Amino acid sequence: MSEAAAHHDAHHEHHATGMMRWLTTTNHKDIGTMYLIFSLIMFFIGGSMAMIIRLELFQPGLQFVNPQFFNSMTTMHALVMIFGAVMPAWTGFANWLVPLMIGAPDMALPRLNNWSFWILPFAFSLLLGTLFMPGGAPAGGWTMYPPLVLQTGEAFPFLIFAVHFMGASSIAGAINIIATVFNMRAPGMTLMKLPLFVWTWIITAFLLIASIPVLAGAVTMLLTDKFFGTSFFSAAGGGDPVMFQHIFWFFGHPEVYILILPAFGIASAIIPTFARKPLFGYSSMVYAAAAIAFLSFIVWAHHMFTVGMPLAGELFFMYATVLIAVPTGVKVFNWVATMWQGSMTFETPMLFAIAFVVLFTIGGFSGLMLGVTPVDFQYHDTYFVVAHFHYVLVTGAIYSLIAGTYFWLPKMTGHMYDEKLGKLHFWLSTISVNVLFFPQHFLGLAGMPRRIPDYAVQFADWNMVSSIGGFVFGASQLLFVIGIVKCIRGGEKATAQVWEGAHGLEWTLPSPAPYHTFSEPPPAASIEGGMR
Amino acid sequence: MTTSAIRRGARRMAAVLAMAPLVASADWDKLNLTRGVTPYSEEVYQLHMLILWVCVITGIGVFGAIFYSILKFRKSKGAVAAQWHENTLVEFLWTAVPAVILVVMAIPATKALVMMEDVAHSDMTIKVTGYQWRWRYDYINEGVFLYSGLARTSDVARQLNSGIDPKTVDNYLLEVDRELVLPVGRKIRFLTTASDVIHAWWVPALGWKRDAIPGYINESWALIKEPGVYRGQCAELCGKDHGFMPIVVRALPEAEYKAWLEKTKAEQAPKTADSASAPGVSVATAQ
Ligand SMILES: [Cu+2]
Repeated sequence: MSEAAAHHDAHHEHHATGMMRWLTTTNHKDIGTMYLIFSLIMFFIGGSMAMIIRLELFQPGLQFVNPQFFNSMTTMHALVMIFGAVMPAWTGFANWLVPLMIGAPDMALPRLNNWSFWILPFAFSLLLGTLFMPGGAPAGGWTMYPPLVLQTGEAFPFLIFAVHFMGASSIAGAINIIATVFNMRAPGMTLMKLPLFVWTWIITAFLLIASIPVLAGAVTMLLTDKFFGTSFFSAAGGGDPVMFQHIFWFFGHPEVYILILPAFGIASAIIPTFARKPLFGYSSMVYAAAAIAFLSFIVWAHHMFTVGMPLAGELFFMYATVLIAVPTGVKVFNWVATMWQGSMTFETPMLFAIAFVVLFTIGGFSGLMLGVTPVDFQYHDTYFVVAHFHYVLVTGAIYSLIAGTYFWLPKMTGHMYDEKLGKLHFWLSTISVNVLFFPQHFLGLAGMPRRIPDYAVQFADWNMVSSIGGFVFGASQLLFVIGIVKCIRGGEKATAQVWEGAHGLEWTLPSPAPYHTFSEPPPAASIEGGMR
Repeated sequence: MTTSAIRRGARRMAAVLAMAPLVASADWDKLNLTRGVTPYSEEVYQLHMLILWVCVITGIGVFGAIFYSILKFRKSKGAVAAQWHENTLVEFLWTAVPAVILVVMAIPATKALVMMEDVAHSDMTIKVTGYQWRWRYDYINEGVFLYSGLARTSDVARQLNSGIDPKTVDNYLLEVDRELVLPVGRKIRFLTTASDVIHAWWVPALGWKRDAIPGYINESWALIKEPGVYRGQCAELCGKDHGFMPIVVRALPEAEYKAWLEKTKAEQAPKTADSASAPGVSVATAQ
């Protein structure tokens, strides 16, 4: 072990500086930082596309963009946010935190780690480059349904290869996390002592490995249908366009949980810290996450109830879908029970975490409604669905990412962030995000389809309200960046523990966490149960 | 309990809830799912309200507990944290009770679904074919068909920077050049398909939407109870003019419908001979 430590010290002295440091780094903290910065940039690129969407929808009539470009915006907004902002952000947090939380010196496969990050800039150059191509960026929806997606112009192969690159990056990241957690835990860190963020990430990693290759297969079949004369999805050639939807959603539903499971882990770290009380029902949290992951593979067709399935199929997918409410409910009840009889304070991470629980639950309710097939025949492909998945993804995934950023930023930078600014960011975001998305429930119920650039005048009022909420929400995120930059540049010195109620190995390290940590495994006595 | 009284009450409620004066004009119809005009849409509405109330009551419980905790268990008020973190009975209950509620909800949901999928014993059949970007309706066994696309008035107004205020256009984006005329009181079977990309045929008042997929023929049905004009739109992204392929159903009493059908038949009589060359008749219907 001392030999390994000596090797690490030697390595430390040799690490490159300047740009070469970032290109060649195999250090989990460097790579984690790059992932997080990349994802923040993508969050703003995807966000500006959302601003264009809300601007055009501010009032009826077409004022700013033509319908084709509008469709490109909805398509690219989704691809950039899902594959560019949320997924890399989770991998970034995993890079930073998994080794610290399990007492490992680094990730198990550091060179692969470097590659899995550096694939991403190539992937998104391909994707974003399509904005400047003849025929424009992909406009067939992020779901890429044929035959429509086959009408994409020159952007088409770029879309397919961008998706392949993103997928390769995610799979590599997932393999690395599984290898790290299963092989590099400090002595005494048993599986049922792992912090929930680590648990939810292992489950996420398995979902990634099982589902991304399915997506890769589906988009490859699109590619051969377009360029090599196959007809996998062409009815005229004996193929089946609905088969694509089955394959896509076999990936797509687990993908939904890939985006949200690590968020459960972050909420489960933050709430006990600021309630100063152990997490309620640690083992049921683990089992619920595993149950959700399992169910996520047998509910895919609820995204396509209207394609005309046999009655038995519709019933099966309805029952399986509403069943997910049970383990999800367990998680929400556990977080509430953790706060009950705690001793709470409300620093910014806690505010975002509580808002996450409340608003994610609202998204869960609309999800339950959407899962009931006969009513879904009305809700499907309306703004009700748009409201639903934005509650789950923005006030779910993104909120817990923001909460996690404020929570661990002092550990990463060694400085406290500006609490006043953080709270302002919270209140502005939380009010505006509800003004943005809550009225979209009404629009959907009143009959407004999604993915339309213009609408009948009876939808005008709520669209205007929603757009105003959107602009304020978008602008509020600039406060987030200001807060991060300020915190990197300076601020009150952070202690090792940072938060009074913080437990776990990462808080035993000094702040900022040194470049190399746990070259020697931590003493077994310092390892507490994961519920702390 | 007249509808206008309900609307007045709802308007007042909306005014109270409104966060900006401009939303005060929104009435209750704009906030909730339509009840529609078919037996199925009524079922769907009841089911929607049932699940909505289950969610609202659960929400009051969960959010109530959160806000109570926030107010009561604050460190600033001297709250001391308990250290318990398990309770088998409570955990069992909040797993089992939601499961039971879901099973109870699944019963009416299953009934409604069985009702929707029962297309047998229909009185007539309409074949709906989606095109980029209009609809074709075939009155099966009547030898009548028609194309239905966005009305000219809306089409002019919807161009980028047309200078026409959509509020001055009648039924902006929800008006067609030719309506789908249907009888009330008959069980109408719809066959949906498409000739190019996937579309979805949706009239909220009928209570459902169904994808129109090249190579597939999907079946659904509706029995319209009240005469009237019912509007809808394509609901599946189908390219640049996806937002501009509305649907208008005019439901007529049986006698008026018959008269319309005879008149249209007479109009189309010379044309039906060459209808085989009209686009879309050669649609691939492999399944
Ligand atoms: Cu369409």
